Amino acid sequence: MVERHEVRLSGSGGQGMLLAGIILAEAAILADKNAVQSQSYGPEARGGASRSEVVISNTDIDYPKVTQPEIFMALTQEAYNKYHHDLGPNALLVVDESLSLTDDLPEKSRVVRVPIIESATETLKRPIVANIVALGVLVGASSIVEHEFIEKAVLNRVPRGTEELNRRALDLGFQLAAGAVGGNK
Amino acid sequence: MSPTVKLLQGNEACVEGALAAGVKFFAGYPITPSTEIAELLAERLPLVGGRFMQMEDEIASMAAVIGASLTGTKAMTATSGPGFSLKQENLGFAIFTEIPCVVVNVMRGGPSTGLPTSPAQGDVMQARWGTHGDHPVIAVYPASVPEAYELTIKAFNLSEKYRTPVIMLMDEVVGHMREKVELPDVPQIPIEERPRPTVSKENYLPYDNNQGDVPPLANFGDGYHFHVTGLTHDQTGFPTSAPAKAKVLYERLHRKIENNLDDILMWETKDMEDAEIGVLAYGSTARSAARAVSLAREQGIKAGLMRPITIWPFPEKLITQYASQLKSLVVAEMNLGQYVNEVERAAQGQVPIKRVLQANGELIRPDTILQAIMEVK
Repeated sequence: MVERHEVRLSGSGGQGMLLAGIILAEAAILADKNAVQSQSYGPEARGGASRSEVVISNTDIDYPKVTQPEIFMALTQEAYNKYHHDLGPNALLVVDESLSLTDDLPEKSRVVRVPIIESATETLKRPIVANIVALGVLVGASSIVEHEFIEKAVLNRVPRGTEELNRRALDLGFQLAAGAVGGNK
Repeated sequence: MSPTVKLLQGNEACVEGALAAGVKFFAGYPITPSTEIAELLAERLPLVGGRFMQMEDEIASMAAVIGASLTGTKAMTATSGPGFSLKQENLGFAIFTEIPCVVVNVMRGGPSTGLPTSPAQGDVMQARWGTHGDHPVIAVYPASVPEAYELTIKAFNLSEKYRTPVIMLMDEVVGHMREKVELPDVPQIPIEERPRPTVSKENYLPYDNNQGDVPPLANFGDGYHFHVTGLTHDQTGFPTSAPAKAKVLYERLHRKIENNLDDILMWETKDMEDAEIGVLAYGSTARSAARAVSLAREQGIKAGLMRPITIWPFPEKLITQYASQLKSLVVAEMNLGQYVNEVERAAQGQVPIKRVLQANGELIRPDTILQAIMEVK
C-alpha cells in the first residue's frame, strides 16, 4: 500500500519553518521512509509569509511537490491566509491560538489550535524555539513519525549546547497536542 | 562500511559527486539557483587541497576552469541561464581545444533576469547550440537528488574520457529540493582519468591523430611543450588554415562523441514494454510525468515513461525504439517548445506528438500531463 503524506509548514520568514521542514524530513528518513523537502524562495522568504513543504512516503516519491496538504501548520495569520486554500479532505490544521480561522476549510478537517508562540515565549522564555514547539504539536497530533525519530532529528540539527532547551520545546509541543486532541475549531 | 545517509539539496549532492570524482578547482560567479554549489565548494575544496576562486564574472570563471584543467586538475563551474550565456564563448574554446571540465547550469526562468527563484527548462537548446561553430556536445540532466550525485561523477568521467567539457543541466526544483542520498565512503562508480601521454616529452603531440579519436593530454607545466589555441590547429596545436587539416580536426571532434553513443547515452524507461502512450520528459518534469503515467495505469491506460538522462547528444535510439509501438507520444517540458522539436524529428512521423508545454515558473503538475494522456488515448 503506497502511503503518501503531504505536509505544509508556514509562518513568517525567520520563524524557522524551513528548518522545521528539514527536521521533519530527516525524522522520516530516520524512520526508514522517503522524504522530499522543498520551500518557497524569493522575497517572501525574508519576512512576510514563508513556507516549507515535505512529502513523506513509504515508497519512492515521484512528483516532489505538495498539491493537497493533509497536514497544514500556520504560525501567523498572513501565512494561514496565503497558504490554506488547497488543503486536502480530512486535513489536519495545526495553528497558533492567535489565529482566526476562516470558514472555507474542507469538511471534516481537524483543527489543533494551541498557544505555540506563547509557550515558547512565556514557558520556555525563548521565542526562537517556537518552530520546535510547533513540530512537537504537529507530530503529536498527526503521529506522522514516531516520537523517537523526531526527537533524534531535532537533536541532530540544533546547535550544540541547545539540546536540552530543544528537547523541552519538543516535549511541550507534544503536551499541547495531547491536551488539544479533538480541537477547538 | 555502510554508506552515510543524508538529506541533501540537489546542489549539495552535486558538490558531493564532484568531490567524489576528484574535483580540485572551482571558479565561478554565484547566481541563484546554483549558488549553493559555489558556497559549499568554497568550504570543502580547501579541506581536500583544492582551490575555490570567485571570479569577476562568468567569462573569467570559464577561462580559469580551462586553465586549471590544463594543469591536470579536475575543474568545474556552476551557474544559471544568464551566466551560462556568458560562459558560451570559452565553452566553445574548451570544446575546440579539448579541455575536460564540467559546467553546471541550474536552470531558472529566462531570458534575462527572468524568474530567478523559479524552475524552467529554457536552456535546453542553449546547452546544445549556445556556443558558436560546429561542435558536438555532451549534456546530462538528473531528475532527483541521488541522481545529481551520481551524474556529477559521470559528467566528470565523460569529460575526462572524451577530453571535452560536459554540461550538467539541472532545474531549480532538482537543485533546491532536499532528498535522501546515500553517500558511499568510496564511490561505487569507477573514476575515469584523461588519457595521458606515453611518449617522450620531445615527441608529444597534443592533438595526435594516430592515438584514436581522443588524444592523450599532458599537464601544462610538466615539461611537455605544446600550444593551445582557439584557431583551427594541427596535431602540434599550432594554428593552421589548411582545409585538409581543418577537416581532420572537425571530423575527429564529432567522431569521438558520435562513435561512442552507446557509452555516452543514458536513459530510463518505466512501463514501456506494452505502452501505447509514451510520455517523454526529463529533469524534474519527468517526476510529474512518472506520476501521470502511474495515474493513467490505475485507470487502465497503457502509458509509459521515457526519460532521457543524457539529453545531448540526442538519444535518437530511445525514440526509434518505441515510435512504431506507440499510438501517441506526449512530450512535456518547462518551456514553450525546445526538445519536443528534436523528438518530432527523430520520430519521423511514425507517431503523433502531443505537446505539454509550460513556461510560468512552476513545475508542470501531474494532472496536466494526465489530461494530455486522456486526450490522446
